Amino acid sequence: MTEAREMLRVEKVSSGYGHVGVLEGVSIHVMHGEVVTLIGSNGAGKSTLLKTVAGVLSPTGGSVVFDGRDISGITPEKAVEAGLALVPEGRRLFGSMSVGENLELGAYARRRSRSFSSEFAEDLEIVHELFPVLGERVDQSAATLSGGEQQMLAIARALMSRPRLLLLDEPSLGLAPKVISEIFAILDRLRSRGVTILLVEQDASVALRHADRGYVLRTGRVELEGTASELLANDDVRMIYLGSWKKSVSGT
Amino acid sequence: MTGKDLLQFIVAGLSSGALYALLALGFTIVYASTGVINFAQGEFYMLGGMLGVLAFDSLGIPLVFAALLAILATTAVGVLFELLAIRPRKDGDPLALIIITVGGSILIQSLTRHAVGGEELATLPSFSPGPSIGIAGVTIVRQSLWIWGITAVAVVGLTLLYRRTRFGKAMRACSIDRDGARLVGIDTARVVTASFALAAALGAIAGVVISPTVPPVFYSGASIGLKGFAAAILGGLGNPVAAVAGGLTLGLLENIASGFISSTFKDGIALVVLLGVLFVRPQGLFGGRSREKV
Ligand SMILES: Nc1ncnc2c1ncn2[C@@H]1O[C@H](COP(=O)(O)OP(=O)(O)OP(=O)(O)O)[C@@H](O)[C@H]1O
Ligand SMILES: [Mg+2]
Repeated sequence: MTEAREMLRVEKVSSGYGHVGVLEGVSIHVMHGEVVTLIGSNGAGKSTLLKTVAGVLSPTGGSVVFDGRDISGITPEKAVEAGLALVPEGRRLFGSMSVGENLELGAYARRRSRSFSSEFAEDLEIVHELFPVLGERVDQSAATLSGGEQQMLAIARALMSRPRLLLLDEPSLGLAPKVISEIFAILDRLRSRGVTILLVEQDASVALRHADRGYVLRTGRVELEGTASELLANDDVRMIYLGSWKKSVSGT
Repeated sequence: MTGKDLLQFIVAGLSSGALYALLALGFTIVYASTGVINFAQGEFYMLGGMLGVLAFDSLGIPLVFAALLAILATTAVGVLFELLAIRPRKDGDPLALIIITVGGSILIQSLTRHAVGGEELATLPSFSPGPSIGIAGVTIVRQSLWIWGITAVAVVGLTLLYRRTRFGKAMRACSIDRDGARLVGIDTARVVTASFALAAALGAIAGVVISPTVPPVFYSGASIGLKGFAAAILGGLGNPVAAVAGGLTLGLLENIASGFISSTFKDGIALVVLLGVLFVRPQGLFGGRSREKV
């Protein structure tokens, strides 16, 4: 890793939906090349935070600084141009369009410079190498893919924008354990390529095992933060988010 | 009714059907990007005819240029309409937008009446003058060939736009999932503006190409708008080919019904078709199982 530089700084951000406030003064940061995870129970505000970073929601307070630039209140289309790609909850694929067209649209925000078509071909190759199954289904419509394949396509589509920061919202949602480990294996490969990732996950133990650092979100606030190993060792985290409590109770 | 009569009705049906198809394409394009039926669509048709005749007759511009000017000017009206009336409604609430299009339609009509008067204008000269063509005892007016040709070009062009071009694919993405489209960087507001531009251009093309046969008048957009709407619903508000199929089917139904029953029924057919489809097969005749837009 090169000298640590800040990729994202979320400073005392408040955000929500209309008059419903969800986040209250949340501060997090992500360094270049880091994988940072947000954990927390349902409704804690994890998705809200990702959406605020990606410009889907505008913060009502605080600021979002991306690679040194204040992007608070940016539109989602400008956010992709700036180098942020969100793989949203529910994936948001273009179901009746083909896998190939979905990937093509993933690169929509990229500048059409002279080198674009060769870069596009390169990216496509990388994506097919990471997700061989997509290569076999280029002409198939996205809606006919299995859940795991759809999640892979959603990640692949985001990668096609050459993001400097990849925001992933619960990539494991609704998938079988075997598929989940496949997806996390791919995230590990992205991580080793130096892709910076902010990952939201329900399953805290999986998330922390694949991340450098983590934040625990609770009712719109950061409750705890630390390195992945610190959090894995933390008693509160173990009790509430890693299910040790349940195990110890059922064990007695 | 003889076979020859039937053929003649079919020819007439395909001619008006092609016009409905152009209108239906306009409805379909705007519906895809906004989820809204644009009730001002018929006014683009009216403006196309009006402006074409005015440019040719009053300004003395040669026919081809008068036609192009009319189409361009109407396209500009479509863009302005979107920017001034549709875009400000940020939440995109369909009901509000539909009411806005109804209002826009009335406004365009009354402004036109105010500016041009309530009388029918003259017709344009035929695009390729000459006697009608007789085939097997059936008469085809030359202007019909233009109508068919232009409709064919429009549907092929739109299909290529949607399937082959980057912006066309963005338009499809926008119709499938607006939020998803924004996440890949598509400026959905621009897509909406572009779809109004396209819809206005198609309406104007229909208006110009029919004005050698039917003199334009300020209220002519209303009834053709309704028929284009019925054709769009019949086609399932889906892809361009379905919209054209809807238009041609409606034209045929109308003309054959007026042949078999009475011409007084002609204008009612569109409504019967509209209600019938909405009650029995809301996804349209050519809409497939689920309504896949564009
Ligand atoms: N579109 C919305 N409109 C209004 N309130 C919303 C909306 N989406 C989420 N909320 C509310 O915001 C709060 C935080 O939701 P958020 O989706 O950020 O939680 P989360 O941490 O991602 O939960 P989960 O693990 O269930 O995905 C919840 O109370 C939720 O009800
Ligand atoms: Mg969530």
